[in-house]
Amino acid sequence: MKVVLQNLTKIFPSRNKKANEEVVAVNDFTFEIPDGKLIGLLGPSGCGKSTTLYMISGLQKPSGGRIFFGDDDVTELSAENRGVGLVFQNYALYPHMTVKQNILFPLQNLKGEDKLEKDVMLDRAYQAAKLVQIDELMERKPSELSGGQQQRVAIARALVKMPKVLLLDEPLSNLDARLRLQTREEIRRIQKETGITTIFVTHDQEEAMSISDMIVVMKLGVVQQIGAPQDVYDDPTNLFVAKFLGTPPINVFEGEVKAGKLYLDDVAVLDVPGVEDQPVYAGIRPEGFIPDAFGPMICNLSGVDVMGRDVSLVTTHPASLNPVVRSIVDADAAKNATGLTVSYSLKPHKVFLFNKETEARVYFEVK
Amino acid sequence: MVESKHKWKAWLYLAPAIALLLVFTVWPIFNTLRMAFWEDYSIMKDLGGRLDFKFGIKNFVKVINYQGFKDCLVNTLLLTVLTVPISTLLALLIAVCLNAIKPLQRLLQTIFFLPYVTNSIAIGMVFEAMFNIVGYKTPEESIGIINTVLGVFGVDPINWINAGSSYWANIAVLVIYIVWNALPFKILILLGGLQSINKQYYDAAKIDSTPRVRVFTKITVPLLSPMLAYVVITGFIGGFKEYSSIVGIFGDDMQAVGGESLNTMVGYIYDALGNQEGRASAAALILFAIIFVVTMINLYVSKKKTHY
Repeated sequence: MKVVLQNLTKIFPSRNKKANEEVVAVNDFTFEIPDGKLIGLLGPSGCGKSTTLYMISGLQKPSGGRIFFGDDDVTELSAENRGVGLVFQNYALYPHMTVKQNILFPLQNLKGEDKLEKDVMLDRAYQAAKLVQIDELMERKPSELSGGQQQRVAIARALVKMPKVLLLDEPLSNLDARLRLQTREEIRRIQKETGITTIFVTHDQEEAMSISDMIVVMKLGVVQQIGAPQDVYDDPTNLFVAKFLGTPPINVFEGEVKAGKLYLDDVAVLDVPGVEDQPVYAGIRPEGFIPDAFGPMICNLSGVDVMGRDVSLVTTHPASLNPVVRSIVDADAAKNATGLTVSYSLKPHKVFLFNKETEARVYFEVK
Repeated sequence: MVESKHKWKAWLYLAPAIALLLVFTVWPIFNTLRMAFWEDYSIMKDLGGRLDFKFGIKNFVKVINYQGFKDCLVNTLLLTVLTVPISTLLALLIAVCLNAIKPLQRLLQTIFFLPYVTNSIAIGMVFEAMFNIVGYKTPEESIGIINTVLGVFGVDPINWINAGSSYWANIAVLVIYIVWNALPFKILILLGGLQSINKQYYDAAKIDSTPRVRVFTKITVPLLSPMLAYVVITGFIGGFKEYSSIVGIFGDDMQAVGGESLNTMVGYIYDALGNQEGRASAAALILFAIIFVVTMINLYVSKKKTHY
């Protein structure tokens, strides 16, 4: 089922009546989520991504705009009647029920013509449990499970009633690093197997990039960019998106464009045809540096981080806004990096220019 | 671990509490035990230092065979069995309602808590006035507020507590009084319990389209069960110790004029203390045994039904 958000807005009234400071948690969010896709809502804390999720679930009422499931307007429908599955950040498993009872609970609520026979319910519960591989744990209480197992129970409980839309609120935030990697693959697999339109919220860009069909980057309630993870990474619309995606993060420099050339610290480092003369922020991805003895960009070398196949050169540059400039280069190329400085030439498609005032992208022609 | 050379300091700090406990708790318990098993105890002999009493269970036999004690036992059991479930259910209902409303919650909380901080004898006297047939002004003019209100609904005045009133009318008044008096504490505990339940469980239930009744029975009550167990157990203990409410409504002689005695176990013990210390002690031990057994049963049941 596709989910359509139309000018979705959420305003929280100010708690202090005198100050009259309203908080705009979500501002004019319009987006059509295609059927059967996995969508990641991504942004720093307080950007409105969870609020968006809760509005889709029906637990929070939008202040403005509409929500459609398929062609049905569900904006006025309460959470009880929307038929979504929601996995809470802390899972919210009922602590007094066993895993089986937890998974059965949504089925036992079905009424009227949807009402199921007892053994059908059990069947469905076991199917859902098998899907998330917890069918061995059905008689345990949530307190007897690990974080990862609890998370799967929560997913099974959300899936068992075959929801039209599955919503996940920071589903991996309580797991340790290894389990997180494993579980995000699970989520991807389960989503593929069931084909349920899934929306999940995360502040971890790596997580979102690795499993989403599409990501939505948000900041302070405003959608910054929507697209396939690789497209957003390769073609950020503004400085915020560029900075938010990627590990190690993008290197940002203060620079200037003069006569079609990008100057960093008064050194021309790259041809940027088609850009008017102006002061800019220049973002260079770590993989955008090519060690080149005759390269125009010279950095002071301060260290080498070995990461196996690749090597990260830690350098400084006078125009850099970050304390260090990180580049990721071939291990072989790094062998030459023994002096006090290292020279680079730049890959044009890994360099992004941003207007200094608006921080919006300034495009140049890449040859 | 405290070093041994400082041990005397620890005892020094503990001394005031230990002294008070010894005098006012340990000694009375020991003395009660002793007096209950001494036959033909007399306080004059005790004070004279002649403690040559025989040991035996004569006091217990006497107490158990005494009709007055049996009546007290029946009264106590009846009041407890009636008031604990009623007050617990009512408190649960009120707590859930209080928890559900936002405006005036604080104010209502305070109002519901008032009986707790009011003297029970004073409340008893107010209840006496409310349930009277004859008001306090002149006998002909007023018939008490309860009967006046009942009159509005066409119910004939009931003789609640005056001369000639029935035993069951008396018990009804007592039950109303005890329940009303027990509510604040229970509401406070249950409301605290309700407010500590994670709201996410209710959100999850909403997402799963859970009907309200099912949310209450399958989520609220189980998650509240530790508080419910606590309220029921302390309710039973308090019920068995019921005494002041009866004095408050019916006065020292604890009966409607000419009616049946409404005395309770604690009342019996108190009365017997006058000149039958042995029997009072025996009755106190019997009361202790009953409370002990009932509490054990309570704990056993709640262990099976309670989710902590």
